[in-house]
Amino acid sequence: MSAYLSISGVGVTFSGQNGPYVAVRDINLNVAKGEFISIIGHSGCGKSTVLNVVAGLNRATTGGVILGSTEVTSPGPDRAVVFQNHSLLPWLTVYDNVKLAVDKVHGKSKSAAERDAWVRHNLALVGMDNALEKRPHEISGGMKQRVGIARALAMEPKVLLLDEPFGALDALTRATLQDTVMELHAKLDNTVIMITHDVDEAVLLSDRVVMMTNGPAATIGEILDVRLPHPRDRLKLAGEPEYARCRQAIMEFLYARHRAPKAHAA
Amino acid sequence: MTIKADTFAKSGLGEGLLPASLVPRLVAGGKAAAARVVPPLLFLALLLAIWEIACSRAGSPLPPPSKVVSDTWTLIVDPFFDKGGMNKGLFWHLASSLKRVAMGFSIAAVVGIALGVLVGQSTLAFRGLDPIFQVFRTVPPLAWLPLSLAALRQAEPSAIFVIAITAIWPIILNTAVGIRNIPQDYRNISRVLQLNGAEYFFKIMLPATVPFMFTGLKIGVGLSWLAIVAAEMLIGGVGIGFFIWDAWNSSLISEIILALIYVGLVGFILDRIIAMIGKWVSGGMSAG
Ligand SMILES: Nc1ncnc2c1ncn2[C@@H]1O[C@H](COP(=O)(O)OP(=O)(O)O)[C@@H](O)[C@H]1O
Ligand SMILES: [Mg+2]
Repeated sequence: MSAYLSISGVGVTFSGQNGPYVAVRDINLNVAKGEFISIIGHSGCGKSTVLNVVAGLNRATTGGVILGSTEVTSPGPDRAVVFQNHSLLPWLTVYDNVKLAVDKVHGKSKSAAERDAWVRHNLALVGMDNALEKRPHEISGGMKQRVGIARALAMEPKVLLLDEPFGALDALTRATLQDTVMELHAKLDNTVIMITHDVDEAVLLSDRVVMMTNGPAATIGEILDVRLPHPRDRLKLAGEPEYARCRQAIMEFLYARHRAPKAHAA
Repeated sequence: MTIKADTFAKSGLGEGLLPASLVPRLVAGGKAAAARVVPPLLFLALLLAIWEIACSRAGSPLPPPSKVVSDTWTLIVDPFFDKGGMNKGLFWHLASSLKRVAMGFSIAAVVGIALGVLVGQSTLAFRGLDPIFQVFRTVPPLAWLPLSLAALRQAEPSAIFVIAITAIWPIILNTAVGIRNIPQDYRNISRVLQLNGAEYFFKIMLPATVPFMFTGLKIGVGLSWLAIVAAEMLIGGVGIGFFIWDAWNSSLISEIILALIYVGLVGFILDRIIAMIGKWVSGGMSAG
């Protein structure tokens, strides 16, 4: 497999009050260009920790991440992140939130007119071009995530990192956003790593599902290939044997072999 | 253009000047305003009545409101006279007090925000300075006056120093709290975008902290106004504080009362001005 993004031997140890805490260890994963990867695992197992190492927001204690041909040492717009909580700046309009990123990332390569068009283009991709002048508090949670995705896409990242992007949304909004992300992935062919705790979401969107064991010292327990052709249709999938197999495999991993530890179970 | 003007004229002549929908809205707006203005006026009238009755008997140590007005009528009707020296209208006393507050408060705002940013940003500065600030901020404003007189040797800069040192603590502390409260998500965004120091300061930190800063500025301006009146009583010169002290020395109780009313009104207006600037600066910013 051609490794576009390679995570090798990554371990993260936090220094807490009760001594060092090994959050994750021995994370090895190669991601191909254009691949859609989901990371699934129980709450608190270390999914965000891994994603933040890829983003450069956390330093790996051991191992490292190589993207393209360069090692990740600090955060950068080539690894745009969409966070679960609205990470839009509340004092800026929808347009200005995306514009801030575009000006910073494409300030040298694009003219003012091109940047303006690029902001509008990316907001149109997520269906938010009719709310340019709205402030984040004037739009719904789903719309905020759409704008967050538009901002990330506008950076033209080599890999798009999504940390439970739909975790705070209701089921219906969630479904429409999943469809949007699927369409965008089909259209732009970008490389995506998405954290989720939703089994159906993982199967629906991913080429591979990375399943993590419970912490402390969590690691990758199993990697599942989802052999379903794109584009996928959530209605037709329900009857597919491959869909059922993938679902079953993840459920078994999460609820039979690696049940949530009692302390975390809620 | 001509067509527009024409229709305007017609509707103006035919329908009366106000569009029909505006009238109920104006009435509703008027009602809301009345609901806010009438109760304070009622209670004010009640208070004045009680005061009048309580102080009207012979030998009362304080004058009733009617006597305050008649005693100070010349001051009320002509706040702008200037007969040289300290013999000036109330406007001039208030103006020079306000000038001192403006200078002291501006120094406090600039230095306070800068120190607040430092303490909010740097854990070392926070650990080192916060305990010191917590102790200093409890020192009463006037306790600084003798020290500043000793150091600066002049009344005017000493008064301004007292204002600044009084107003600065809430500005520092609130700014620092605002900065420490900037959500991690915003910091992460700025790191992903690789914003440099100045960009982070102007695009993330400042807007995220403005509401907190203005809370500090609002408390600070109130404290400076409290302090200036007291400081002026001691340093003399032109100023509302000295005016009150001078009136006391001449047993002009009515003038003291009039001056107190002005002091209260000016303090109230200062508070509102800062609040309005804060609202204006934060624009339509949401709380979250
Ligand atoms: N900065 C940190 N300092 C100490 N412990 C941390 C820090 N960040 C995360 N952790 C711990 O590491 C573990 C994994 O956290 P996280 O990656 O956020 O989990 P997930 O995203 O899977 O829910 C948790 O037990 C969490 O308490
Ligand atoms: Mg997480």
